[in-house]
Amino acid sequence: MRAWRRASIVAWVTWMLASVFAPGVSVAVEPAQNWSDITRKARGQTVNFNAWAGDEKTNAFIAWVGEQIAKRFGVMVNHVKLRDTSEAVTRVVAEKAAGRDRDGTVDLVWINGPNFLALREEGLLFGPFAAMLPNYRYVDTTNVRSNLVDFTVPVDGYESPWRRAQIVFVYDGERVTEPPRSVPALLAWAKAHPGRTTHPNARNFLGSTFLKQALYELVPDPEVLQRPPTDASFASVTAPLWAWYDALRPTLWRRGEQFPDNGPAQRQLMNDGEIDLMVSFNPAEAAVALSAGQLPDSVRTVVFDKGTIGNTSFVAIPYNAANKEGAMIVADFLLEPATQAHAQDFRQMGNITVLDLAKLTAAERAPFDALPRNPALPTSAELRRTLLEPHPTWMTRITAEWERRYTK
Amino acid sequence: MRRTSVPPGPEARAGLTLRGVRIAIRAHVLIPALDLDIGPGECVTIMGRSGAGKSTLLAYIAGTMEPAFSAAGQVAIDGVDVTGLAPEQRRIGILFQDDLLFPHLSVGENLAFGLPASLRGIPARREAVERALAEAELAGFARRDPATLSGGQRARVALMRTLLAAPRALLLDEPFNKLDAQLRHDFRRFVFDHATERGLPILLVTHDVADATAAGGRTMTLEA
Amino acid sequence: MDDPHHGRVGAAVHEVTRARGGVLRLAPALTVAVFLLPIGAGLIGTALPAFGYLPAIGGRAFGIAPWRELFASPGIATAVRTTVVTGIAATLVSVALALGFCAVAHGRRWTRRIGGMLAPILATPHAAVAIGFAFVVAPSGWIARALSPWLTGWALPPDIATVGHASGWPLVLCLVAKETPYLILMIAGALHQVPAARHLGIARMLGYGVTEAWLKVILPQIYPQIRLPILAVLAFSLSVVDVALILGPSNPPTLAVLAVRWFGDADIANYFPGAAAACLLFAIVVGAMMAWVALEHAGEAVGRRWIARGTRSGAASIGARAAFAMTIALCAGSALAIVGMSIWSFAAQWRFPDALPGSLTLGNWSRLWASLAVPVATTLALALAATLIALLLVVCCLENESRTHRRAGDRALWILYVPLLVPQIAFLFGAQVLLVSTGLDGTFGAVVWAHLIFVLPYLFLSLADPWRALDPRYARSATSLGATPLELLLRIKLPLLMGPVLIACAVAFAVSVGQYLPTLFAGSGRVATLTTDAVTLSAGADRRVIGVYALLQAALPCCAYLLAVALPAWRMAHRRARWT
Repeated sequence: MRAWRRASIVAWVTWMLASVFAPGVSVAVEPAQNWSDITRKARGQTVNFNAWAGDEKTNAFIAWVGEQIAKRFGVMVNHVKLRDTSEAVTRVVAEKAAGRDRDGTVDLVWINGPNFLALREEGLLFGPFAAMLPNYRYVDTTNVRSNLVDFTVPVDGYESPWRRAQIVFVYDGERVTEPPRSVPALLAWAKAHPGRTTHPNARNFLGSTFLKQALYELVPDPEVLQRPPTDASFASVTAPLWAWYDALRPTLWRRGEQFPDNGPAQRQLMNDGEIDLMVSFNPAEAAVALSAGQLPDSVRTVVFDKGTIGNTSFVAIPYNAANKEGAMIVADFLLEPATQAHAQDFRQMGNITVLDLAKLTAAERAPFDALPRNPALPTSAELRRTLLEPHPTWMTRITAEWERRYTK
Repeated sequence: MRRTSVPPGPEARAGLTLRGVRIAIRAHVLIPALDLDIGPGECVTIMGRSGAGKSTLLAYIAGTMEPAFSAAGQVAIDGVDVTGLAPEQRRIGILFQDDLLFPHLSVGENLAFGLPASLRGIPARREAVERALAEAELAGFARRDPATLSGGQRARVALMRTLLAAPRALLLDEPFNKLDAQLRHDFRRFVFDHATERGLPILLVTHDVADATAAGGRTMTLEA
Repeated sequence: MDDPHHGRVGAAVHEVTRARGGVLRLAPALTVAVFLLPIGAGLIGTALPAFGYLPAIGGRAFGIAPWRELFASPGIATAVRTTVVTGIAATLVSVALALGFCAVAHGRRWTRRIGGMLAPILATPHAAVAIGFAFVVAPSGWIARALSPWLTGWALPPDIATVGHASGWPLVLCLVAKETPYLILMIAGALHQVPAARHLGIARMLGYGVTEAWLKVILPQIYPQIRLPILAVLAFSLSVVDVALILGPSNPPTLAVLAVRWFGDADIANYFPGAAAACLLFAIVVGAMMAWVALEHAGEAVGRRWIARGTRSGAASIGARAAFAMTIALCAGSALAIVGMSIWSFAAQWRFPDALPGSLTLGNWSRLWASLAVPVATTLALALAATLIALLLVVCCLENESRTHRRAGDRALWILYVPLLVPQIAFLFGAQVLLVSTGLDGTFGAVVWAHLIFVLPYLFLSLADPWRALDPRYARSATSLGATPLELLLRIKLPLLMGPVLIACAVAFAVSVGQYLPTLFAGSGRVATLTTDAVTLSAGADRRVIGVYALLQAALPCCAYLLAVALPAWRMAHRRARWT
């Protein structure tokens, strides 16, 4: 009797330890081609959606997505909160290096640009899968080139778009009467109002995009940015940028010695009254923040006259994802017109849709027509002035050069 | 803490004077009212059961009484009222049954600790220490670690340390308790000789009758 | 004697004692293995990539390329200088303040409950205090808001650098605010080992004021016991990450933050200079500790001359009084920091220069409730698991000590302090590599184990003294009444020590709640606790959201402390009621 009890205790303890220490067991087979098969296989899976978590609104939207998908498809979505997308890239690379080709811990990752390039080059992505998604047919592939070319790298279906972003400038309408509408005008404005504007640290994607935006207007021929730079071309092409920046830096907040770490940090500065003008990747940021009480009621948005950089954000599936079917369900749901409209609602996230509204039926377009208006939102005419993202190597080199020059 | 002292009045007397000293703990009164005059070089012995308040009386005179006790009454030395002064200003020496030599200082440093600040200069201070050691028949012990000394030697160093501070009165809280019979006799002699030589009034607390006899002065018994 | 059962009982007791002794004897070895082995393996696991060897990501050749990269990176000299200056300054100031505070506070009536008064500050995680501090000292922060515009005339926040200042002074201030109470508590514990009251009495009779006497007589005697806590403070200040992320400079940051940045970088090749940075930090910590020990000798020599001069001037007591005042001010600052963030959590709109929010709301809490559930549950589960396992190990170790009558000596104390003396980042990276290769990273168990490494020393140190101080006569009378060792433990010792055990558990709980790097590394970023989320959000989310997180971070350990204090009291009242 005592021996039996001891044995059962040992068994129970072992089981407990195993369930605590063992990673989730899942089957990793090649997903079936048929969408209903995929839907069936996905039921019951838990998708580890690795996404940057620095913005409360985005986090709330992802949580909403998780609820909807759980109700409709029986798929659980676990939002793995990242401080930086590169953390997920590191994960996948480390798993590959450790030989973990199945049961990967990253199922779906919100990604674009250099991170996408890194995974694509190492062959760490599953696909091409975007064309398999039923809702992909609505994506705007004619007018919005960034849906097909991610920082000059062809997407080829290895990632599926879900939101668009475009550089705008947000300003406090009560204190700024004439916002600058070009890069040289920005310098003039900063000189007239020292310490009232800044940009995130160039290590952050928003900060480096700010520099790229300046570069676009300062180079004589912007086409050169679509090709990777050489040592010689980098120096000569970016020379006007550094000259402009050296003039700008002393007029920045904290005299350019300190920078906010990211967009939300910058927004908090504006809310605290420390700055009056800031760059943003979200055209609806002003409207969203206004309604959430994160910025004063007088904020407005301006887009530069010559156009601003815009890009698309995608979701990709690593080659060793444990729940590929569930991940594809999530990617498809993100492209659904109702979801895209919900995302574009500035009371939720305020994203620009990647869909071509012309491809939608009147019924599918209804949620878009019903979206509320807001004075802080830019007009769609202003948003049409989009510039393509330069080659990713420009971003890495500009960031490195900025750090070399200004991190002492 | 009041830093004023009362100038000698018409009743000024040399030595240690207690007037109307009353000590109680909560409601229980230990000493109802005590008047005592100890002249210079004189020794008064206080005896009583444990818990009668002997050590507390010494603590009150020294100024280090625990806040749990309540006390009243005047303490004066050489006519100067020290009741309101902080302990470090009263210039009263006290000797316990534990020698309480500081373990982190050598014998010489322990002795020098008591030297007044007015004696300046390392050579002068060292000389004073050497003289004290010679008096205690411990010449050359200046650099020794107190832990390497015997019980009797440590007791002598403790007394010399107290005397080097030039006190105006000496309180003895059962200082001979931890010594065996022979050491006890020798150390008693040592203490009384040095104290009377300096003309100090001594208040001795003990429960050993032999100590009282050796002290030779008046004896009081505290009722519990 | 003729009792037929007595023989059997005796034999059973003997057998159980032998068997129990056998099992318990493993306890100390097991406890030490729980954290010494991983730390050692982790250090090696970080040192190898520092020299280029990490086959998992293609590094197969030894070389000094990572070091060359490290020293070529922009701003590295400034980063090292900032690290050394802030770390040493924080330690020196905390030690000075703690000593001054204790010298002034000695023997006063209210210091009897010093432990209880300092408990809230000690229990609050570093990250929460740092977040609050950032709001208090910012140019658009609470102090500025309270004084504007009536005193300063500012309608807009001035362009002065405080948080993120290149010198790192807000970082030093926050570290001092947290470390000084810790050192005060350690000093208070050390005072029990020395006849402080008697020695102070003697010194006062020899003409020295209390403060001066404390510094000249008590401090030299207790210093050997507080050396280890001081070295732990030194190691922590040099290698702290979460506070440096929130308050320290970012362009360039301190060396520890640089290392963490490189580890998380998308470019996997930055693993190697990251490991090199961690090794450099380890070397800096070791060097600083050696310098500190050397400084001790110099300090001793200076101290002896000061004592020999015999001055009773009271200059020291002026300094001590200043230290006392500054400590009180810092504690008030910490309280202000937490209160500030609590107010933010209920604020609807709080613009500069309002001293208080224009309107209050519960909306922040109701919005975040759903997303808070997971981090709160995870934090609680981790803390409870780590605390219970640590309690089991510590009780076994201490019981083994009682039974074999062999006290753990000084060397054991050093071993116990190892997790607190080695910079976290120097071995956590290597530990993560090991976890990834065995597939255990990101599991709940791995994070519990990572927390256990740090919870164990604190729990042991909190429980050891009360346990050893328990009157041995209780045990002897219980045994003579026929109690087996197990009965003695469960029915006599533990109930008698219920108070200290609960306090030790509260300490362990607080330590676990406040862990940042271990959760990040062992959990591979996938285990979200209140602290990791708070530090992530502190980089720029809405301050109302951060306020909610900071308040929760502070509230959980404080509740644990309240429980630990209230439970025995309730039990006592309950029992008294039963008998009346």
